[in-house]
Amino acid sequence: MSAAPIDLPRWADTALVPLVSVAAALVIAGLVVLGIGESPLEATALLLRGALGSAEGISFTLYYTTNFIFTGLAVAVAFHAGLFNIGGEGQATIAGIFAALACLWLAPLPGVLLVPLAVLAAAGGGALYGLIPGWLQATRGSHVVITTIMFNFLAATLTVYLLVEVIGKPGSMQPETAEFASHAILTPMHRLLAPLGVKLPATPLNSAFLLALAALVAVWALIFRSRLGYAIRTVGANPGAAAYAGISPARITMVAMAISGALAGGLAVNEVMGVQHRLLLDFTAGYGFVGIAVALMGRGHPVGVALAALLFGVLYQGGAELSFDKPAITRDMVVVIGGVIILFAGALDGLFRRVVASLLRIGRGD
Amino acid sequence: MDWVATFAVILDSAIRLSVPLLCAALAGLWSERAGVVDIGLEGKMLIAAFASAVIAAQSGSAWAGLIAGMLASIALSLVHGFAAITWRGNQIVSGVAINMLAAGLTVILGNAWYGQGGRTPTLEGAARFGEVTLPFATTLRSHIPVLGLIYDEVVSGQSAPAYLAVLALVVTAVVLKRTRFGLRLRAVGENPAAVDTAGISVAGLRYGAVIICGALCGLGGTYLAVSQSAGFLPHMTAGKGFIALAAVIFANWRPWQALWACLLFGALDAIAIRLQGVALPGIGQVPVQAIQALPYLMTVILLAGFIGKSTPPKASGLPYVKER
Repeated sequence: MSAAPIDLPRWADTALVPLVSVAAALVIAGLVVLGIGESPLEATALLLRGALGSAEGISFTLYYTTNFIFTGLAVAVAFHAGLFNIGGEGQATIAGIFAALACLWLAPLPGVLLVPLAVLAAAGGGALYGLIPGWLQATRGSHVVITTIMFNFLAATLTVYLLVEVIGKPGSMQPETAEFASHAILTPMHRLLAPLGVKLPATPLNSAFLLALAALVAVWALIFRSRLGYAIRTVGANPGAAAYAGISPARITMVAMAISGALAGGLAVNEVMGVQHRLLLDFTAGYGFVGIAVALMGRGHPVGVALAALLFGVLYQGGAELSFDKPAITRDMVVVIGGVIILFAGALDGLFRRVVASLLRIGRGD
Repeated sequence: MDWVATFAVILDSAIRLSVPLLCAALAGLWSERAGVVDIGLEGKMLIAAFASAVIAAQSGSAWAGLIAGMLASIALSLVHGFAAITWRGNQIVSGVAINMLAAGLTVILGNAWYGQGGRTPTLEGAARFGEVTLPFATTLRSHIPVLGLIYDEVVSGQSAPAYLAVLALVVTAVVLKRTRFGLRLRAVGENPAAVDTAGISVAGLRYGAVIICGALCGLGGTYLAVSQSAGFLPHMTAGKGFIALAAVIFANWRPWQALWACLLFGALDAIAIRLQGVALPGIGQVPVQAIQALPYLMTVILLAGFIGKSTPPKASGLPYVKER
C-alpha cells in the first residue's frame, strides 16, 4: 500500500485494469454458484448459449444492452463532471411519466410527429429531474448523491400516486396506464428490418437500440470533441482551475446533471415506448444502478460503456435462460455480479491497479 | 379516554416502525462521525435480516439469529472499510456496491436453500423475539390513569432488540460525547491529520467506527426479520436504510436528535398506514403517498438550507492520505 498513485501504461489503465476486475468479479460469481451446489462451467455454457446461441437470444441481449447503454452513459457523463449521479432510476421514472403523458395526450398527432415528441418529452423529463439536484448542489450546496437518492424515492412514490389516483387505466386493478395507440410506439426491430429481407424472431428489441447507438456517438462527440465537453472534463478534473479559466463550475454542474438525466430517460424510451407500451410501476427494475457498474467498468468512455453494456446484456439474457434450466440460479446473480464489479472496478480500483502493476513487472522480469 | 388509547396505539406503532430506523441511523452516525460515509446501511440491514432469519430458523434461537445478523452485517462493513479506509476508494461507490451485493445475495441464497422465492421459513416460539412485559405494567395501567396506559401500551411490550436499540442510543450518546475514544473518533471525522499527528491510528479508529456501524445495522436488520416479521422476505428493508440516512442528516449527526428524527419518520409511516382510505373531516382523503414522501422531501429541503443548516463532519467522505 503506497500513498502515491500507481503509474500504469495507458493501455493497461484503460483495458487491463477493468478486465482484471471483471474477471475477478466473475470468479466470485462462480464461487457463489459453486456454493449453492451448481457447476460454474455448466452455468457459464448455458448462459452464453442462452444469450448468444440464437437470433432470438442475441435480439434479447441487445434489448437489455440498450437499457445499459443509456444508464451507463448517464452515469459516465456525470462522472466526467466529477459528479456521482445515483438518481438514474428516478430520472428514468420521471422520463417514463413524461413519455407516457405525451403518448396518451398527443395521440391525435400522426406517428412521425408523436414519437419524436414523446422521445423528447422523456429526455426533457429526465433532464429536469437531473437538473434539480444539480441546481441544488450548484447554488444551495446540498450534495448531488444524497439528493438523487431521495429523488429516487420521491419519483417512485409520485408514480404510485399518479398511477393509482390520476392517470391509471379506469376500471383496472393494476397500477398502469391504458395501452398507447399503435402509432405511438417504437417500431420493433423484427418489423423494422423485415423490408430489408432480414428475418428476426419477435422480441422486445426495438428502434430504441438505434437511438442508444446514436447516443454513444453523440456522447463521445460531446465529451471529447466539443467546447462544452472540454468544460465538463475541466470542472471534473479541477473545479478551481476551471473557474480560473472562465468556466463556471456551477453552470457546468447543472448542465452535466441535465444531460445525465436526459440520457437516463433513454431507459424509459426503450421500456415504456418500445416494450411495455404503457406506464407501469417499477419499470426501471434496477437498470439505473447497474448503469453505475457499466460506467465504472467502461472507464466513462463511450466505447467502454458499449462493451460493458453488452456484457451486462449477455448476463441478463443468459441469466434469464439459465434460470429456466437451473432454477436455483436466479437472475439476481446479475445484481451480485454488478455489485462486485462496482466494488472492484470502482471502490477497490487502487487494489486492482496494484495487482496489474505487479503482474506487468513480473512480465518484464524486474 | 378513547383518544388516549388511539394515541397510545399510534405511538406504539410509530415506535415499532422507528426501531430499525434508529439502529441504522445510529450506525450511520458512528461511521460518518469518523469520516466514513456509508450509503450501504440498507444493504447491511438486509443481509442481517437474512442471516438472522436463517440462523434463527435453523437453531430455534432468536438470540443466535441476532448474533448471526450482526456478524453478517459486520462482514459487509469490513468490506466497506477495506475499500474506503485501506484502499482509499470512493465511499459512495463502495456503498452502492454493498447495497447491490446484499440485494442479490439474499435472494439467491434464500431461493437456493428454501426455494420459496427467497423467503425463509416462518419463525415460531423461541426462534422469534417476543414481547417483553416490563414489571408493574398491568398494575400501573389499572391504577394510574393516562401514564399507566401509555406505560403498558408503549413502554412495555416491545421486543428485546427494541430495548437494545434504546440502550445503543444511550451508549452512543455517552461514548461519543464523554469518553476519550469518542473524542478521538469525532476528531478523526473532522481533522484526521491532527489525530495522526497525535500518534493515534486514523485507520484503526475508522475501522472501529465501521465495525460498530455494522453491529448496529445488524441489530436493525434482525429486528425487522426476527421481531417485527416472522422471517425474511426479499427486499424487506424497502428503503429503511435510506430513510435512516435522511434521519442522520436531519439530526445533524447527533444521537439524541437522531432519535427524534427516527420517531418523526416512524410516526409519519404509522400515520400513513392508519390514514389509508380514511377521509379526514374538512380535508378529505389524504393520499398516503404524500405522507410517505415527506421524509425524503424534508431531507432535500433541509439539505438545501431552506430550513436550518446542516453541518456534516468536515472530513466525511474523504480518504485520509498520510503525507510523506
